[in-house]
Amino acid sequence: MGKGLIVSEAVQDHHSANSVDGEKRDFIFIATGAVAAAGAASLGWPLVSQMGKAADTLAAGSIEIDISAIEEGAQLKTLWRGKPVFVRHRTPKEITEAVNTNVADCPDPQMDNDRLVARPDGKVDPKFLVMVGVCTHFGCVPVGEAGDFNGWYCPCHGSHYDTSGRIRKGPAPKNMAIPPYEYLSDTVIKVG
Amino acid sequence: MAGHPSTYEPKYAATRWLDQRLPIIRMSADFMVFPSPRNLNYWWTFGGILALCLVAQIITGIILAMHYVPHVDLAFDSVQRIRRDVPFGWLLQPMHAVGASMFFLAVYVHMFRGLYYGSYKAPRELLWIIGCVIYLTMMATAFLGYTLPWGQMSFWGATVITGFFGAVPVVGVSLQEWLLGGYSVDNATLNRFFALHYLLPFVIAAIVGLHVWALHHVGQNNPIGVTPKTKSDTLSFHPFYTVKDAFAVAMFLMIFAYFLFYQPDALGHSDNYIPADPLKTPAHIVPEWYFLPFYAILRAVPDKLAGILLMFGAIVVLFVLPWLDTSKVRSMRFRPVARGFFFIFLFFCFVLGWCGAGNPDDIAVPIGKGLSFYRVSQIATIYYFAFFLIILPVLGLTEKAKTLPDSITKSVLGDTAVAAAE
Repeated sequence: MGKGLIVSEAVQDHHSANSVDGEKRDFIFIATGAVAAAGAASLGWPLVSQMGKAADTLAAGSIEIDISAIEEGAQLKTLWRGKPVFVRHRTPKEITEAVNTNVADCPDPQMDNDRLVARPDGKVDPKFLVMVGVCTHFGCVPVGEAGDFNGWYCPCHGSHYDTSGRIRKGPAPKNMAIPPYEYLSDTVIKVG
Repeated sequence: MAGHPSTYEPKYAATRWLDQRLPIIRMSADFMVFPSPRNLNYWWTFGGILALCLVAQIITGIILAMHYVPHVDLAFDSVQRIRRDVPFGWLLQPMHAVGASMFFLAVYVHMFRGLYYGSYKAPRELLWIIGCVIYLTMMATAFLGYTLPWGQMSFWGATVITGFFGAVPVVGVSLQEWLLGGYSVDNATLNRFFALHYLLPFVIAAIVGLHVWALHHVGQNNPIGVTPKTKSDTLSFHPFYTVKDAFAVAMFLMIFAYFLFYQPDALGHSDNYIPADPLKTPAHIVPEWYFLPFYAILRAVPDKLAGILLMFGAIVVLFVLPWLDTSKVRSMRFRPVARGFFFIFLFFCFVLGWCGAGNPDDIAVPIGKGLSFYRVSQIATIYYFAFFLIILPVLGLTEKAKTLPDSITKSVLGDTAVAAAE
C-alpha cells in the first residue's frame, strides 16, 4: 500500500518537473487514433463486402429463350439469376384487358405498352409478356391465370396482378418487374 | 437479495489455495444458497427449464452439424440421412427440431409470467430488457435454423423474411442482396445461415449469463411482488428451488417426450418434406407456430412497409414496457382491473396465432356477413398495441389497487403465525 503511493508520487513529480506539452500530446493522441480508425475501417470493409455477390454469381448473368414453342394461353417459366422468369403468350382477351385498363386507378400506374420490348423491326408484339415472376411484396412466385383480374395471384399474402402483371389489389407495392431483355430474332429473346 | 454476504468457507488446503486465486467454487456455492423469496410458484420454474432447453439445443445442434451438409443440392438429403441412416439420428434430429418448439413454449410462459407479475418493474427493467434481447436472438436463431433442412417452407420462409429488408427505403434491394449473397435465396445464403445458426446460440448463452447476473443482483420478483425484507421471507435456492425446478423440469420433459416420440412432425409443416423449389411457391406459406402471432400482425395491414414496422413494433414495445406501465404495484393479483385486461391480452395473443395460421381471406368468425381472418387479425393487433400503449399507461394512474401484504412471510403464513414466529 505505502509502496504504491510512493511510486505514484514519484511519477507525478517526474511529470511536473518536465512540464507536459498538452497540445503536442493531444496531437499525438488524435493522430494515433485516426490511423488506428482508418486501419480498422480498411480491414472492416472486406469483412462486410465479402457477403455481397461473388464474381461467379454476377457472371451467371444472361439466358436465351426460344419463345416460338410457347402456345397461345401458355406460359414458360424458367430460372434467371435464381428467380423465375415468366414468358406468357397472351390470348387476345388478355391483351384487350391489359390495354383497356384505366391505369390511373392502379397502385403503380404503367401502360401495357411500357411493359413490353420492341422486336428488331421496331414493332411491339403485345402477345409475349416477359417479366420476373416474383411478387413485389415478399418475393413469392405468383400463380398464373388466377386472382380477381385473371392475371396472377400470389398465394403468400393475397396480391392480385392483372394480365399485364400490374399490381391491382393486395399488399404488394409494385408491378411485377420487367427484366432487361431484347429480341435476338423474332423468336428468340435474351434476358439479362 | 442484492449483495448478500458470502457464506462459503473453503474446507481443504487445495480449495483455500484456489479460493485466493480464482474464487470459482465460492461463486457456485453462493449461487446455490442464493436467498429466494419463499413464495415462488411453479411459474417461476421456467427460467431453469429454459436453461435446460438452451443446453439441449446446443448439444443436439453440434451433433447435427457433424452430419449436416450446407449445400443446396445436398442439404435436404443430408437431413433425411440423419433421420434414417445416422445412428440415433432418428432421435437427435427431432430432439433438436421439437426442442426449438419446446424452447419457445417455455419462453412464452416465462414472458407471460413476467408480464402478469410485473417482473419488468424497477429495479428489474434491465433484467427484462436483457430477456427481450435473448428472445430476439432466439427468434433469429430459430429462423436461420428452419432454413437449413432446405424444404419448401425453409426456402420460401427465408425468401419472405429476407424480403423484409428489401422494403427499407432507397437501399433496400442492395441490403437484401448483400444479406443473401446473390440475387435470390441460394447456396451463398444457405452457407451463411448455417454459420450464423451455429454462432448465435453461443451469443444467447453469453446474454443468458448477463440475465442471470442481473437477476442475482436485484433478486427474484415473486407472486405478490413485495420485496423480501427479513430472512424469513426467503429460502435458500438449494435445496428448496432446485427440487421444485427439478420437478417442473420432469413435467416439462414429459410434454417434450410426447412430441418427440409420438408426434415428432406435428409442430412442423408437411410442405417442408418437399425439397426447396425456387420456381414454385407453396399454396399456403406459414411460419412455425411460435411466429404466427407476428405473422398475423404483418398481414394485418395492406401496406408492405407498414406491416413490417408493425411487426417489429410488436417486439420493440416489449423493450419499453417498464416505462409504459405506470403502476407501482407489480403483481396483477392486486390489480383487479389490469388483471382482466391482461387475460384479454393473453386471449388476443392466441387469436393472433390463430389468424397467422389462417388464410387472410377465409371467414374466421361466421357473424353477420362473416369476419375474415384479415379483419380478426386487425382487431387483435389493435388490442395488442392498445394494451401496451394505452391500457397499461392509463390504468397505472387510475386504478385503485388492493392492499398489499406487509411481507411475504405474512402473506404465506398469516398474521398469527408471524406473531408466533416473532
